[in-house]
Amino acid sequence: MQKQAIFQSKLLPYALVAPQLAIVLIFFYWPAVQAVIQSFLLQDAFGLSTSFVWFENYLELFKEPAYFAAIVRTFAFSFAIAASSLSFALLLAVMADRPLRGSTLYRTLLIWPYAVAPPVVGVLWVFMLHPSLGVLSRYLRGMGIDWNPLLNGDQAAALIILAAAWKQISYNFLFFLAGLQSIPKSVIEAAAIDGARPMRRFWTVIFPLLSPTIFFLLVINIVYAFFDTFGIIDTMTRGGPGKATETLVYKVYTDGLLGGNLGSSAAQSVILMAIVVVLTGIQFRFVERKVTY
Amino acid sequence: MIFRRLGAAAAAAAALAFASPAFAVTEIQWWHAMTGANNDVIVKLANDFNVAQSDYKVIPTYKGGYADTMNAGIAAFRAGNAPHIMQVFEVGTATMMAATGAVKPVYKLMADAGEKFDPSVYLPAITGYYSTSKGEMLSFPFNSSSTVMWVNLDALKKANIAEIPKTWPQVFDDAKKLKAAGYATCGFSGSWVTWVNLEQLSAWHNVPLASKANGLDGFDTVLEFNGPLQVKHLENLVELQKDKTYDYAGRTNTGEGRFTSGECPIYLTSSAFFGNVKAQAKFNFTAAPMPYYPDVKGAPQNSIIGGASLWVMGGKSAEEYKGVAKFLTFLSDTDRQIWIHKASGYLPITKAAYAKAKEEGFYKDQPYLETPLLELTNKEPTANSRGLRLGNMVQLRDMWSEEIEQALAGKKTAKQALDAAVERGNQMLRQFEKTAVR
Repeated sequence: MQKQAIFQSKLLPYALVAPQLAIVLIFFYWPAVQAVIQSFLLQDAFGLSTSFVWFENYLELFKEPAYFAAIVRTFAFSFAIAASSLSFALLLAVMADRPLRGSTLYRTLLIWPYAVAPPVVGVLWVFMLHPSLGVLSRYLRGMGIDWNPLLNGDQAAALIILAAAWKQISYNFLFFLAGLQSIPKSVIEAAAIDGARPMRRFWTVIFPLLSPTIFFLLVINIVYAFFDTFGIIDTMTRGGPGKATETLVYKVYTDGLLGGNLGSSAAQSVILMAIVVVLTGIQFRFVERKVTY
Repeated sequence: MIFRRLGAAAAAAAALAFASPAFAVTEIQWWHAMTGANNDVIVKLANDFNVAQSDYKVIPTYKGGYADTMNAGIAAFRAGNAPHIMQVFEVGTATMMAATGAVKPVYKLMADAGEKFDPSVYLPAITGYYSTSKGEMLSFPFNSSSTVMWVNLDALKKANIAEIPKTWPQVFDDAKKLKAAGYATCGFSGSWVTWVNLEQLSAWHNVPLASKANGLDGFDTVLEFNGPLQVKHLENLVELQKDKTYDYAGRTNTGEGRFTSGECPIYLTSSAFFGNVKAQAKFNFTAAPMPYYPDVKGAPQNSIIGGASLWVMGGKSAEEYKGVAKFLTFLSDTDRQIWIHKASGYLPITKAAYAKAKEEGFYKDQPYLETPLLELTNKEPTANSRGLRLGNMVQLRDMWSEEIEQALAGKKTAKQALDAAVERGNQMLRQFEKTAVR
């Protein structure tokens, strides 16, 4: 009879996965459990007085209209960031995939923005579009547009979305390019011989074959828009003007780190975690069905 | 700097060699948020102290910006290894004060260590911010500044304005003239919108920002800055924002470049902006006192301070506290204070140091460096102008800024915005009160 296990010792497989498990436990589960515990506590910043308050931190949040506004805003931002960076990156990838002179150079240049840290992206765009310091804002003013994201919430929101999407384009571009290059040329050539024009070839052949990449990037982009836009918001608008650019993550930061209200901040993190779990679940349950591997 | 540090180490080593064998140097950790020239000031102070005596060694460590330093200190305290001395910005005062047991009040520290300490030698306008209403000093003022009005003198000349405006109505008129003279995008502006237009405005006109002496007398304080004066001032700003006679420059000091670049000829911000103005402005400038409304009786009162103070953390040994106390005495020395004043541009904290700097003629060529001191000592501080101490101040300021932004954007009236700022702020204060240690 053939032996099932490849490993000689029963302990060896456990030993081999132990480092990975330890990392996940220490860096994910332990902080997550801590956050859940903290969310039931009311505590001062120094941790000198602690009282157990059950769900009070959550109830306080749901009483706050600004919290719901932040949820809606976060979803709107994520959608806008993911949609714009994905579509623009796909466009760039399709163009860079064509046999061009010096295409490696273009590709390298397009990947650059990914190496820039989010706060630096924020500063970069501030220098371009700050109402008085910005280079581009002078042109906008010249065109008769009253450009002032310090007071105009819609403009500030647009600015954040623009900066966040710009940074993510390179990452998406990289994956799209790899995805495009893995599509067998013979399939496309066959479609061309059958008389399909470029647009039709793209939508009926390339796009479906690219769907696993698109699906993967969609998940990554949503997570990015939820969490990594923090640095951009902090350097560009600090959640303002009004509350026009305050997302859930930024609220966690201001309430917890600036405000010292760790209980509420922890409760918000737990809710945020739940939202992302549900979102990812939905994506895998429903969107993934449409994906052909 | 390395040589200086080596020198200090050598001195300490030499001192050790001559001391009795059982003797050990007590180390004192000092966490701060100073960069550039001000970091050099801190390093030199620590080295001078270490060389001057052989029992203690002060070790300064840069921990990032003000908020970072405070968060690092709080995290270290929770982990059980807080530094001995922590530099905390003025808005963190209430948080530190509420943490009974986490901090050791300075007046108590000095008494316990048997150091000579007389609170009356310090400028009350500065120490008042960091003292209880009974006059007990809780933290040691280190770097203090105040709001002043920076003026581009060349611009005033260009607009044929003979003298520097003293009152708000004059500022508004002059800003309109400046706008007509070519400063089209910004007649006047300012940084730290709530500090300048709510906190300082209230103190300068002797009206309350909050009850209980602006929170100095207890955490059960209620915000009161939706009174007629503050509403009128915000209404004026909203009106002037429409044609950019006033142009909002953001919540923090990121808009300060608008003054040095020459875009905004009148700009209200901290007196500590001096270093940048001196380095970058290509025009004649001065720092004038903040404007006031002449129809408010008794205005101007006195301004309140900005900057940071040194907090002594709790739970250390008596020997360590003795060293900290000696270090604070060392910092209080008149000549040392004058040196700090000149090297950093921050204010001297003792009456003697101020008097001596004046006597030396320090303000003769640069009279505007005295402006913040004149503002702070303009009148004997009242309950409304001694200082303010509100929990979660960083977040409160963001909240108030949000409402002011709504008013300036025309989404709310000035009154609605300030009412909302008061109401939301009060909720936050109640939340803070719940967690404050009693």
